[in-house]
Amino acid sequence: MQSIETVTTQGRRRAALRRTIIGYSFLTPASTVMILFIFVPVFMAFYLSMFEWDLISPMRFVGWQNYARIFGSSDFYIAVRNTLYFVLVQLPLDFGISLGVAMLLNQKIRGLSFYRTVFFTPVITSTVAVSAVWMWLYDPFDGLFNYLLELVNLSPIGWLNDPKWAMFSVILMTVWKGLGYNVVIFLAGLQNIDSSLYEAASIDGANSWQQFRRITLPQLSPTMYFVLIMGVINSFKVFTQIDVMTPGGGPLKSTMVIVYLIYMRAFNSFRFGEASALSVLLFLFVLSLTLLQRFFLEKRVHYN
Amino acid sequence: MRKSLLIKKLSIHFVLLVMGAAMVLPFAWMVSTSLKGYHEIFRYPPQWFPDTAQWKNYLEVWKLAPFGRFYVNSLIAGISTTAGQVITGVFAAYAFARMEFWGRDKVFMLFLATMMVPTQVTLIPTYIVMSKIGWIDSFEALIIPFISSAFSVFLLRQFFLTIPKELEDAAIVDGCSKMRFIFRILMALAKPAIASVSLFAFLGSWNSYLWPLIVINSNQMRTLPIGLRYFVSQQGGGSEWHYLMAASLIVMLPVLIVFFLAQKQFIEGIAKSGIKG
Repeated sequence: MQSIETVTTQGRRRAALRRTIIGYSFLTPASTVMILFIFVPVFMAFYLSMFEWDLISPMRFVGWQNYARIFGSSDFYIAVRNTLYFVLVQLPLDFGISLGVAMLLNQKIRGLSFYRTVFFTPVITSTVAVSAVWMWLYDPFDGLFNYLLELVNLSPIGWLNDPKWAMFSVILMTVWKGLGYNVVIFLAGLQNIDSSLYEAASIDGANSWQQFRRITLPQLSPTMYFVLIMGVINSFKVFTQIDVMTPGGGPLKSTMVIVYLIYMRAFNSFRFGEASALSVLLFLFVLSLTLLQRFFLEKRVHYN
Repeated sequence: MRKSLLIKKLSIHFVLLVMGAAMVLPFAWMVSTSLKGYHEIFRYPPQWFPDTAQWKNYLEVWKLAPFGRFYVNSLIAGISTTAGQVITGVFAAYAFARMEFWGRDKVFMLFLATMMVPTQVTLIPTYIVMSKIGWIDSFEALIIPFISSAFSVFLLRQFFLTIPKELEDAAIVDGCSKMRFIFRILMALAKPAIASVSLFAFLGSWNSYLWPLIVINSNQMRTLPIGLRYFVSQQGGGSEWHYLMAASLIVMLPVLIVFFLAQKQFIEGIAKSGIKG
């Protein structure tokens, strides 16, 4: 009896070991790539941020100097301010319009898939290509937008060439391009709300504002939370349209965002240590924002 | 009651149509400009229809920059990345969804955590590694770092979880090996999930910008977005908007065609991943 028991535990242990080996061998291809191109580079970024290096001459350890230099330079504050401006204008616009459109599309109307396609098409098109199109729309002399302004008797705007308007122009294009994504997400969230909740509410005499406030908002809050977090993170990563539409950081550095500053420090000034320090800061910033948002929203978010 | 409902529906359509028109306007203006002659683009007031459609603009663009080559580069990078993500993803997703082993869930959390790391953070170290191993300006640099993605693994895993385990047990009892089950049965059943993973992987590669911008130096190796970017900076300072708009359309067109053919996968894929993510 005893010997059989030891044999079975041994066998069980061997089977578990075998399962573990097979399991990890299935994970090996995917995890090798992730280790090499995500985990190792993250640690390398921390490491490199302590050095001064142009990739050619030998690396020189400088400790926290790169960080000190960043916090002592006006470019950093300009980039932070521009990025914050981008987030604070782009996100509410995108959020408000896409929620509004999704709520209209949720009213059991005809042609739903047609409208959805119309709003979604810019999402999948190349950012560089639509940036080129919007540069032409924004052209201060021959662009369509200034012509339209003229039609309603408004004075023309310098758009991308005017330091006061450049960032707003980039934001407008970004909202146009990204809207459809959130429309689809919000629409899916709205369609998941149990319609009997609305029926019960209207029987009880709740008006549409009360229904929105008491049913839609709490039921949709997980979706809103998702859209908000993704929106903030994506805003902090904005680069493509900035680089194409306003090369060099825009007029008077008015569109120089954080990622653009990283790009300039590394590939224009060849200060890879300082650029790494900047990317570490970006990483910590995005991470802490995610955690902070989670902390504050957790209590207000309604989960089923 | 009926009348007020009708008015409500009509006003909803009115608002949506106005906004929809704003969404379509840039595309329409692009097509219109791309078919104009040089002098027509500056005509005042602007016109929607050119006197005669200048289809030759599209041929001119092809001569001004090697867009054919850019296409081939983007296709090679896109197809390889997609194949890589599907293959590595199916194996990893199968392990996470169907196998039981020590540390599985912790490793899965680590996979998910990679989605929180912005690519901008890994950019410089990865660039340095690439330059040290001589992969700058190569397909390896465009493909290898992207042949696996946590998002693809996640999507596939969620789908695999919905497939009843009894199916695999039955197949194994019938003498089907694990590999055979994965390739013949699981992947056939998971076609919708594989389709969405492929769409996202291909689109991600096709539209990627910052990484190819820094890692590609030669005109010959440029992908479409990078090729277009340099074309914009060459022409944009000037005024050849008709060529620029034709080039933009050339870059957009393949993805637009795929999108109109496979809209359902695109939109449902996003709706599902968004909600569950």
